[in-house]
Order: sequence, then C-alpha cells, then structure tokens
Amino acid sequence: MTIRFVLMVNKQGQTRLAQYYEYLTLEERRALEGEIVRKCLARTEQQCSFVEHRNYKVVYRRYASLFFLVGVDNDENELAILEFIHLLVETMDHHFGNVCELDIMFHLEKAHFMLEEMVMNGCIVETSKSNILTPIQLME
Amino acid sequence: MALSGMRGLSVFISDVRNCQNKDQERLRVDKELGNIRTRFKNEKGLTPYEKKKYVWKMLYIHMLGYDVDFGHMEAVSLISAPKYPEKQVGYIVTSCLLNENHDFLRLAINTVRNDIIGRNETFQCLALTMVGNIGGREFAESLAPDVQKLIISSSCRPLVRKKAALCLLRLYRKNPDVVNIDGWADRMAQLLDERDLGVLTSSMSLLVALVSNNHEAYWSSLPKCVKILERLARNQDIPQEYTYYGIPSPWLQVKTMRALQYFPTVEDPNTRRSLFEVLQRILMGTDVVKNVNKNNASHAVLFEALSLVMHLDAEKEMMSQCVALLGKFIAVREPNIRYLGLENMTRMLMVADVQDIIKRHQAQIITSLKDSDISIRRRALDLLYGMCDVSNAKDIVEELLQYLSSSDFAMREELSLKAAILAEKFAPDLSWYVDVILQLIDKAGDFISDDIWFRVVQFVTNNEDLQPYAAAKAREYIDKPAIHETMVKVSAYLLGEHGHLLARRPGCSPKEIFNAIHEKLPTVTMPTIPILLSTYAKILMHTQPPDLELQNQIWSIFHKFESCIDVEIQQRAVEYFALSSKGAALADVLAEMPKFPERQSSLIKKAEDIETDTAEQSAIKLRSQQQVSNALVVTDQRPVNGMTPDVPLTLVKVASTNSKEDLYPEDHISNGENGTVTEVDPQLPSADLLSDLLGPLAIEGPPDAVQSGQSSLSGLEGISDAVDSAAIVPIEGQINAVQPIGSIHERFHTLCFKDSGVLYEDPHIQIGVKAEWRAHQGRLVLFLGNKNTSPLVSVQALILPPSHLKMELSLVPETIPPRAQVQCPLEVVNLRPSRDVAVLDFSYSFGTSLVNIKLRLPAVLNKFLQPLSLSMEEFFPQWKSLSGPPLKLQEVVRGVRPLPLLEMANLFNNCRLMVCPGLDQNPNNLVASTTFYSESMHAMLCLVRIETDPADRTQLRMTVATGDPTLTFELKEFIKEQLVDIPVMSSVPAMAPASSLPINPVSLSNDPGAILAGLL
Repeated sequence: MTIRFVLMVNKQGQTRLAQYYEYLTLEERRALEGEIVRKCLARTEQQCSFVEHRNYKVVYRRYASLFFLVGVDNDENELAILEFIHLLVETMDHHFGNVCELDIMFHLEKAHFMLEEMVMNGCIVETSKSNILTPIQLME
Repeated sequence: MALSGMRGLSVFISDVRNCQNKDQERLRVDKELGNIRTRFKNEKGLTPYEKKKYVWKMLYIHMLGYDVDFGHMEAVSLISAPKYPEKQVGYIVTSCLLNENHDFLRLAINTVRNDIIGRNETFQCLALTMVGNIGGREFAESLAPDVQKLIISSSCRPLVRKKAALCLLRLYRKNPDVVNIDGWADRMAQLLDERDLGVLTSSMSLLVALVSNNHEAYWSSLPKCVKILERLARNQDIPQEYTYYGIPSPWLQVKTMRALQYFPTVEDPNTRRSLFEVLQRILMGTDVVKNVNKNNASHAVLFEALSLVMHLDAEKEMMSQCVALLGKFIAVREPNIRYLGLENMTRMLMVADVQDIIKRHQAQIITSLKDSDISIRRRALDLLYGMCDVSNAKDIVEELLQYLSSSDFAMREELSLKAAILAEKFAPDLSWYVDVILQLIDKAGDFISDDIWFRVVQFVTNNEDLQPYAAAKAREYIDKPAIHETMVKVSAYLLGEHGHLLARRPGCSPKEIFNAIHEKLPTVTMPTIPILLSTYAKILMHTQPPDLELQNQIWSIFHKFESCIDVEIQQRAVEYFALSSKGAALADVLAEMPKFPERQSSLIKKAEDIETDTAEQSAIKLRSQQQVSNALVVTDQRPVNGMTPDVPLTLVKVASTNSKEDLYPEDHISNGENGTVTEVDPQLPSADLLSDLLGPLAIEGPPDAVQSGQSSLSGLEGISDAVDSAAIVPIEGQINAVQPIGSIHERFHTLCFKDSGVLYEDPHIQIGVKAEWRAHQGRLVLFLGNKNTSPLVSVQALILPPSHLKMELSLVPETIPPRAQVQCPLEVVNLRPSRDVAVLDFSYSFGTSLVNIKLRLPAVLNKFLQPLSLSMEEFFPQWKSLSGPPLKLQEVVRGVRPLPLLEMANLFNNCRLMVCPGLDQNPNNLVASTTFYSESMHAMLCLVRIETDPADRTQLRMTVATGDPTLTFELKEFIKEQLVDIPVMSSVPAMAPASSLPINPVSLSNDPGAILAGLL
C-alpha cells in the first residue's frame, strides 16, 4: 500500500514534476513516463480515473492542461489517492493562489517541498494544509 | 516570474520551454550542463547561493529525462552546509539524484546523524525525510535507535515525530531486525494513543508494515485502531484542518481499516462490537452527494470498510449488505465507482462464499465487459473469470468468445488465455471444449500460445470418443479460406491422426483431406511444414487400399523437400519417403499416437505462476491464506473451500490452489510419512523395437521411450518440449511414480477440526470430504474427483473401521469418467469412546500403474462432542460428584507446545470443548465442558480443567472428569495429543507423543483398522 511515484505532466506530455519513491534508472523512468502518459492522455472524461500499467495502478486526475499521475500498488485504495491528488492541488492553490502549470514550472522547488511535506517514503505524512505550508512559508 | 531570487534558473527554464523541438532542447541542456561542469571544477570560487542555483538546474535537467552524471558530490556536500536553504537543497537534491547504493551517500551518514540527534528541528526534519526516502541498510544499522527515540520522545514536536515514524518504516524495510519486536510492540500501541493526526497518520503506515509481517506481536494495537476509527467516525476532537469536505481525515480512516485487515480476527467482544458499530455506520451512512470530492472521499472510506467487513466475515448480515452495495455499484454510470465495484466483487470471491449471489449480476457484468474503458473491461474480465464455474461456464465462455472478435489488441491475449483455461476447467463435455478452442484459434490465432493448441491435441488423443468429432471439426475449418497458421497446424495434426475415422463421410476421402490440407502449404511458414509432412505420411499410411496417384503426389512432395534448407524438414522428407516405400512397416511406425501422460495443464500452471508472481504482502492475499491456515484458531464450520455437494471437484482445487504453497510448504515430501502411497506392480512399457530405427528422427532428444516414439512418429516435438517437469512418465526403475500433492498428514489434521476440505490429492485424483455430525452419528461424503482427461479405472475403496465405529460406505464405482466427480456417502455410528482412527484403503489404476493409498479418515473423537456451556451453579456440583480415579484423572503434561492462553482456549473450542470463562478464578486456568455421544452411553457430560504455569508454558496440569472411566481416559489422552502435537510442522511425526503415553487399553484389541491406524 504505497505510492510509487507522483508525476505532473502537461497535455503535450512534458514532465513538470517527477518524484519517485522507488529507485528506477533513467531509462526505466523515461520508458515508464512515456507509456503511462500516452495511456492517460488518450483517455476521455467519461472513463474512470484508474489505469492499470504493468504491476502498478496509475490514479490520475486532470486539471486544465496539467495531468497529475500517481503510481500505486495494486491493493491501494484508489479513491483515497484520487482525493489526495486534489488535496495536493488545493494546497498548491492555497499557496500560489489559482495555481497553474507555470507556477509549478517556475517554482519547482516549492512544489517539491510541498510534496515532500505530504508524502514520504511512499506514505502520506500530512494532510493538513496549514501544517504542510508552514515550513514553506518559513523559507520565504 | 522571479524564482525566489534564482534568476539564472528562471531564465534557463524559460529557455528550455521556448525550445521548438527536442533537438533544440538537448542543445540548450548540453550547454547548461557544460556550464555547470566548468563552474563546479573550481569549486572554491562558488558561493553557496551559486551552488544552490546550479544544483536546482541539475535537478530540473534530470527531471526532463537527461542523464546528470556529475555534481553528485556537490549535492551531497550541501548537506553539511550550516545554513538552512543550502542544507535543504542538499537534502532534496540528494534524495532525487542518488539512490541508496550510491557511494557518496555513505559519506554523508555522519552529517545526517548529527542533524537527526541535533537540537534544530528543521534540520531533523530534513535529515529524517532524506533517510526515509533513500536510506539503505547502512543507515538502518546506524540510525534506527536514534530514530526510535525521536518517535516516542515527549519533548519532540509532532512535525519531527511524524517524519521519524516513516523514517523508521524505511529502515525497518531495509533491515527488519532494527525493530525489536518485544520492545516495540508496546510502544507502537502507545503511539496510537497520539492526539496529533499527522503523527497518527504516519504511525499507521508504520503499523501496517509491521503487522503485515507479524500480526501476532502487535495484538495490543488492535483495540487502539478501533478507538481511532471511533474517534474519526464520530468526529470527536478532530481539528478542522484534518477534515476534508466534512469527512474526518479519510486517509487515516482508510489506513486504519487497512491495518485491521492484517489481523485474522477481532476476538474481544467489546472491541468487536465497537468496530462493527463503526462499520455499520459507514456502510449505511454513505450517501451519494453532489460534490465530487466529498463523494470520492466518503466512498474511499466505504470501499475500505467493505474490504474490512469481507475480511471479518462473521456477521452474515453485513456480508449481504456488502454484496448488495457492490451490486448497486457495478450498475452505476459513474466509471470510478463501477470500476471499484467490479474490483471489490472479484476480491470478495476470494474471501467469501458469495458465488451464487454474484452470479445474479452476471448480465450486468457482461455489459461492463463491453464498456468503452479498458480499465473497466479488464475488471469485468477478471470478475467473470473468477466467478465462472460449471453452471455458468458455457455462458461466460461464449460471451468471451463473442467479445474476442471486437476486443482491442491489448486485451486479446489475456482474454483468449482466460477463455481457454475456463473451457478446460469447467467443460461440461469435451466436444464443447474442442469447439471453444478451435473458435479461439479461428478468432484470435495471433494471440493463441502453443500451449493452447498442444492441450487440445492432448485431450483428443487421450479420448477416443472425441476423435471423430474433433477430426470433423478440423475438416470444416481447413476448408475455410485464409485461416490462421495455428489453425493449419492443429487441423493438419488432427486430420493426420484421426482423419481416417471420417472416411465414410462425404468430402473426407484421404485424397480430399490431403488436397484440402495441401492447399495451405504455400501459405505457411517453415515451422509448420514438418507437421504437414507428418500428416501426409499418416494419410498415406491410412489409405487402404493404396491409392497410387495420391502416393505419387505425396512422394513428389517429399522429394521436393529432400533438399530443403531447413534440416528438420529435410530429414523428415527423406525419412518419410524411405519409410513409406517399405510398405507394411509403415503402418507399424506411423501407428496412432499413444496416450499422453496426464499432467497439470501448462495453461493453468501458467496462470497460477502469474498469480504468485504478483504475490506481494497485500492484505487480501494474506487474508485468503489465513482463512485456511487459521483453521485452528477460527471457529468456522462453513465450507471454506466452497465444497458443497453440487460443486464440482475442480472448484475445490481452484479455491485451494491460492494458498496451497503456503499451507503445505513440505509439498511432495510426505510420501509414506503418515499415509502411504505405494505403486503396486509398475508394468514398464515394452521396449519399442522401432525406437532404434527411429532414433535419428528424435532430434530434440526426448528423454524416454514413449515420448521419443511420439515425437518421431508425428512431428510433435513441440508437444514433448512442452512437457513440464510435473509430467508423470513411466520410466524404467521409477518407483512411487505418483506423488501426493500437499502433505497427507497436514490435510488430515486440518480436517480433524473442520468438516470439509481436501483429504488427499495427487496428479490424477482429488479426494474431498464433507461431513455432518449429529450426536453419535455422522455422515461423511467422499468426493472422488478424476483430474484427468481419461478415465480412472479399477477404483476401489475399502473402509477399515476401528472396533468402536460402525461404518458403512455406499457403492464406489469402478470407473471414474474423465474430469468427473463421484460422491460416496459414508455412514458412521460411534459405539464407544476411543481415539482409534478409521482408515480408507483406496486404490485405482492409471495407465500401467496401480496406485494404492491408505488414508486416515477424520472421524475422530472430537467429532462426537457437543460443546456445552455451564454456569458456576451447574459446574461445581458435577465436578465434586466425580471424585478421583477412574472417573476423574489428573496428569501433569510436559513438553506442551507453548501457547498463549487465548490460543489454547481457541484450540479447545475447535475441539468442541467449550471453554467456560470465569468459572475458574485463576486467570491462568481454563475450564471447559462438553457432551460426548456414543451408542453405548448416549450423552455423557465431560468436564476439563487445565492449570497452566505462567512461568513455564511448556507444562500444565490437566484434570478430566466424566461419568465413564474409558471416556475419561480417552478424552484425557486426546486432549494431550492436541496440546503436545499441534500440526504446525509436519516434521513432528504424528504419533511421536503417543510413544510417551501409557499403554492404551483399547489398542490391545486385535482390530485390524485400529492397528493399521496406529501404524500410520
């Protein structure tokens, strides 16, 4: 029951943020990202938010031009992850105010720190927005 | 877009963003990498700010998918920077760029440790996070004690402790020894009293990992989890920031319920009641609401609650609620809920006996098989596969076949494999099976692995009745235009072997068959040609009287291939030509294929392998194992394996294969250990005189006479290749050719506490038992299932009852048809108390070997007990009235397997001795009561008292009192056997403890069954 990776990818398939919680070589990452991004981008709004890929399940959600993809074990609670994505987006929104792809791109380090406060070693650590954002505000 | 002061980074990111194509991007990235490399060369000139900036650039480049093979040292060195921003960058970049085996990481251990034990809590957080993400074994060994201290430290703030908990989880995974179970179990339980939800969330992840490995050690955490759930579900004292759309942390709720799924059961009645109240509330109180997020979050909790209910299983009422809910979910439009409904229904099949209820939804599930979404189709396919049995196999397989033509390529292989397996497992008749496989090949030839067509050939070869039908079908298919090459292979093979059986039908003369097949020759590839050549040779052989024209035609083909570049084809052409000129000898050489040795279907084996491949420590897997292996602990009289009289044998096999590996780790070694399997008079196949002559044909060198005969004769090298190691092949000097599957001893012991299950299994037969007991009578049904595709003959079953049991076995048929199951009821009457065991002497023939097995039957003493609960007022007068030997016997038993008292109580309950809590004031003692039924004395009250010594769990004092001296003695000995010999390791011989017992008065009888049982 762990999160294997969190990816943020835009409609063109460009990676905007990638965080892996298991070690993959660069080639493996590239191949994995290519395959699952292709799979997810091809799906319609009417289809479910879960894609099975090799031995993981990818739970994904789309916000405007940006896709959030979370790779999990097969026995993970899918809906909990789906809402965790939303919590992540809401947290970013809270910080940036109307977060968009450019915010994540140009504030890569902040996006990373937020994610780091929320997920560690593939497990959810914190779900309170104020607790997540405190260390980031301290930085500024 | 100024980036917190790092302008250079912003510029670089926009540059990359403005690149028109991948080549430009690569140029820009290479330029930047060059720049960073030169800057790092004279490191001294770099300010910390510059270092930080460059490291972020590297991280960005890495994320874009470019290799960054330098600068790692710089990243690591930032960790020891004194200032927070640089340190932070150092830690984050190190965890992104390096992996746990990286050499540089080792250099940082000391700095990291200093940060962890230091006073600066932000540094502590950074260090814990990095170790939590990429720490390896070395970190585990040097940091675990410090991290543990932090988790339980009262002076640490939650923000440090929550990270420490997950850090410990990482270290534990790297080296489980770093967590000392004895010490940590209590602390873990204390940790769950935490009020802070962040700490609780990460502690729960830690708990899940710990209990998944060893739930027994963490019993004390179970009630704490239930408390947390209550707190969340009632929304007590949950800070606003931890509620998500009005739902108290759905993630913590889910995690907590997941942790509970690793415990086999919840025993304490109060805890159990509280838990079920919460679950009931979740099941009933989750409504569909408009807000998507709220809806998802509440359903995340609901689905986890469903899993937990399925696991706890006991409340029948809630189970049906679950099925009803899932039935609703698979019919909704919302794709996520439908997907999860299907997924959870499939899981439910694995843990509960709900097949019949789920079957009602078959039509709905089939609709989902045609959904536009492949994720949903996959789930529907899995569910249909799981719910298939003989009753619905025809419908389901036909649906799959129909769907096959329109399905997408991504799914065809899986679909056809599953259809083939279901057709084989549940075929109501074999001709239907042949139909299905041929249709599969016709519709999805590209996706049909060789295993599938090899298997159908084996079936047809082994069943004479099937041969004309299969040949006729093959004849129909070979006429079709543009058939798949696999179809050419299988049709040609079947027609070559059995085409002559059709001779009288129109269009089926040898010549016509030959022409139909030969038409396909130009369309096939090299590997198929040898099969066609064999077919031609066979057709030639079957053409009586010889047809000269046909002969010339075939000879010219052989002649043409004599110079083929492919060695295999060339050799066959030369040899078939030479053989067919020999006249009469041809008929001997090319005679019909002998039957294939029976073996486990390689398809099913493949499917099982795939299943075990993905076997991680998931709760659902563990659960399905626990269901069977905890037979001693859980009082569960339900037929766990779905063993009801109208369910075919194959089902039982399916249910048990999931856990077979874990249940019977000593597979294959039990032969002759407790039950005996002997092969009587193995007649060896007569040496094939022609095998020398044919020697060179068997290029791929099959190992023995029979197979070299097969392959050389008909060009089925492929098939003999596919013979897996499980194949039973009669080879000279091989004794005990039939090995039982699973330990006979273990199976017997399991059945002593359960009323249904498998008593014996080998590659040919499975013997299942289902029993019902009423007072001194019992009815035991033996299910004899033939696993083969050919009949089992000379079946004999003889009961050798001990003198105290009257047993009557109904007629056992001499032959068991292929893949059929025969039920043989056995009536049992208990005359007197005795621990002797009845024996089933069972034998059958398969091929040339006669197999004889002697099996103990689980008609044991405790089956005639009826648990009885006594109050204090009832118990003591009885206890006092039975004073002293021989009615009341006391013994100090040593060498007892040390059991917690709770487990011992379970053991008694499973033996149908009802433990009456509270009767004995001393908490270390157990008092149990029951009624024993036999014809000679009807109902007889039995009282038992066990006094344990908390200081030494290996000894105890036992007192047994009944109104009959023999019963008292037998019951005492029986209980002793249970306490001393718990069937956990079969390496402990069953009768070992018996040797230390006083001489059993009943065993003096010269009853053959009793003596035999004693010997076993």
